[in-house]
Amino acid sequence: MPEELVEEILGSINLHRTFDRGAPHVVINANKVLSSQVVEGLEIEPEELPDGVRARLRVTGGTKIKQPVHLCFGMLPERGIQKILLDVEIEEEAEVSFMAHCTFPNAVDIQHLMEAEIRVGRNARYSYFERHWHSDEGMVRVVPVARVKLAEGARFSTEFELLKGRVGIIDIDYHTDCQARSSAEMKARIFGRQDDRIKIKESASLEGEASRAVLITHIAVRDEAVAEINNEIIARAAYSRGHVDCKEIIQGNGVARAVPVVEVHHPKAHVTHEAAIGSVDSKQLQTLMARGLSEDEAVDLIIEGLLS
Amino acid sequence: MAILELKDVSFRANSTGILNGLSLEIWEGYVHAVVGPNGAGKSTLANVIMGLPDYRQHQGDILFEGQSIKHLNVDERARLGITLGWQEPARFEGLKVSQFILASARDKNREEVDRVLELVGLEPVRYRNRAVDKTLSGGERKRIELASILAMKPRLVMLDEPDSGVDIEAIERIFEAIAHLKQGGTTVLLITHSARVLEKADHAFLICSGMLVDKGETARILEYFSGKCLPCPHKNVPDLNSLRKTGGENA
Ligand SMILES: Nc1ncnc2c1ncn2[C@@H]1O[C@H](COP(=O)(O)OP(=O)(O)OP(=O)(O)O)[C@@H](O)[C@H]1O
Ligand SMILES: [Mg+2]
Repeated sequence: MPEELVEEILGSINLHRTFDRGAPHVVINANKVLSSQVVEGLEIEPEELPDGVRARLRVTGGTKIKQPVHLCFGMLPERGIQKILLDVEIEEEAEVSFMAHCTFPNAVDIQHLMEAEIRVGRNARYSYFERHWHSDEGMVRVVPVARVKLAEGARFSTEFELLKGRVGIIDIDYHTDCQARSSAEMKARIFGRQDDRIKIKESASLEGEASRAVLITHIAVRDEAVAEINNEIIARAAYSRGHVDCKEIIQGNGVARAVPVVEVHHPKAHVTHEAAIGSVDSKQLQTLMARGLSEDEAVDLIIEGLLS
Repeated sequence: MAILELKDVSFRANSTGILNGLSLEIWEGYVHAVVGPNGAGKSTLANVIMGLPDYRQHQGDILFEGQSIKHLNVDERARLGITLGWQEPARFEGLKVSQFILASARDKNREEVDRVLELVGLEPVRYRNRAVDKTLSGGERKRIELASILAMKPRLVMLDEPDSGVDIEAIERIFEAIAHLKQGGTTVLLITHSARVLEKADHAFLICSGMLVDKGETARILEYFSGKCLPCPHKNVPDLNSLRKTGGENA
């Protein structure tokens, strides 16, 4: 029974043929852990909750995990709430990368709530890539909240991608505190259609000398979709550097609002921002339509390129 | 047989007549050329035939295989097999050459992408994964656009200034690709003011000031264009009386 569910979840993200069961991974459906595999230096302690899963993830000091750790959060039922509470500790000098897939193939009314506490130790490296696969109809509400603390020299990068299927409602709130010489890169790429609602708040606080943060948000909205981006960098230390980049593409009746905030408390800190809101170029559209693509297909392809 | 027929087509922009009562027939299976001085209305003619949004308000009718296509959008015309290669091709930030070609391809596979890139003289391994953006030279973009047209296998293609911004060697590859299109049964309409492109056509139309001045065998039109049009001081005001005397068969 769990075997079939694993197959169904992996199938919905096109990984059923290539997924390596021997590689480190966790596959979750609703509030059940269906399959997991650890490697030396990686500890995963999941705990079932009535409406989700709480998990502690730890990479022990100095461990460098070569293969990406695959996390798959699925919700096969049509309705329900899935809470994922993560407590992540990457100890000193350790290295790990996570590849996360969130899939809701049958969603009619689903809420996916993620709360993560992430601590990246001295000189440790942590990267996290999260791809969402939603259905073309139905309603998903995704609320990821992350509080990240980077010790001296730590490197953290996270990327959130939602390009396939309807967004529904998404409300991202990530905050990173950066100690000396640490670096944070937070990226989000989202394509909203119909009456999707996208809200993003990424923020970084550059507390230590020579710490760095880059916040990149590339959003496209078409039809009646609405996006609001509030990205913020606060620099408090000498030689800290930050950059906020918001790029939004609007088509049809889509609405986009970008508010980059930079706040600098030290004369030797340097923070920049750029925000651009544009639309799909009519010549690109006409070129693809002159090859036989419908207007919708052409817009999707152009936006996919712009968000890539 | 005519694959495309224009019946008394006129098009105005800001109350200026750009196309003025054009009638012509494009025979299936041949390479035709529309030649004329700068500003004659050549690109406008191609845009009107393609049905681009800013060029839909025209007088007269356009028939494709005997049926009026006047009411059809760009993509509907494209699905009948009509396409256009732009004088200045568009750039697509972030879109890979292979994605761009596959979007128009009838056979949606890697082999097809490589085949058409080779036909336009671009090495597949070097170009497949590049973006169709400003990092490509003008000539490369022109050839990638032509590759996408080869993959589409259209019934009728209009190529607007196929040699503009392209170096000598690459032009030969473009000419080969045009010959390939013809062999595959595609009717080609070259739009040009260059003699070397005109030479590749089986048949040519000479237009000036949005009017058809002459049509016929390429060599004769070329001679007329080089001798009379290039030195002409009237700048898009054809001298219709003198044309009649010199025997332009359609003026
Ligand atoms: N949308 C427009 N509004 C006003 N004038 C226009 C418009 N489009 C074209 N024209 C004018 O119509 C005339 C014909 O333009 P067109 O681009 O069709 O010429 P062409 O023969 O392709 O010239 P070239 O050889 O320079 O490419 C020009 O004088 C041009 O300025
Ligand atoms: Mg032109």
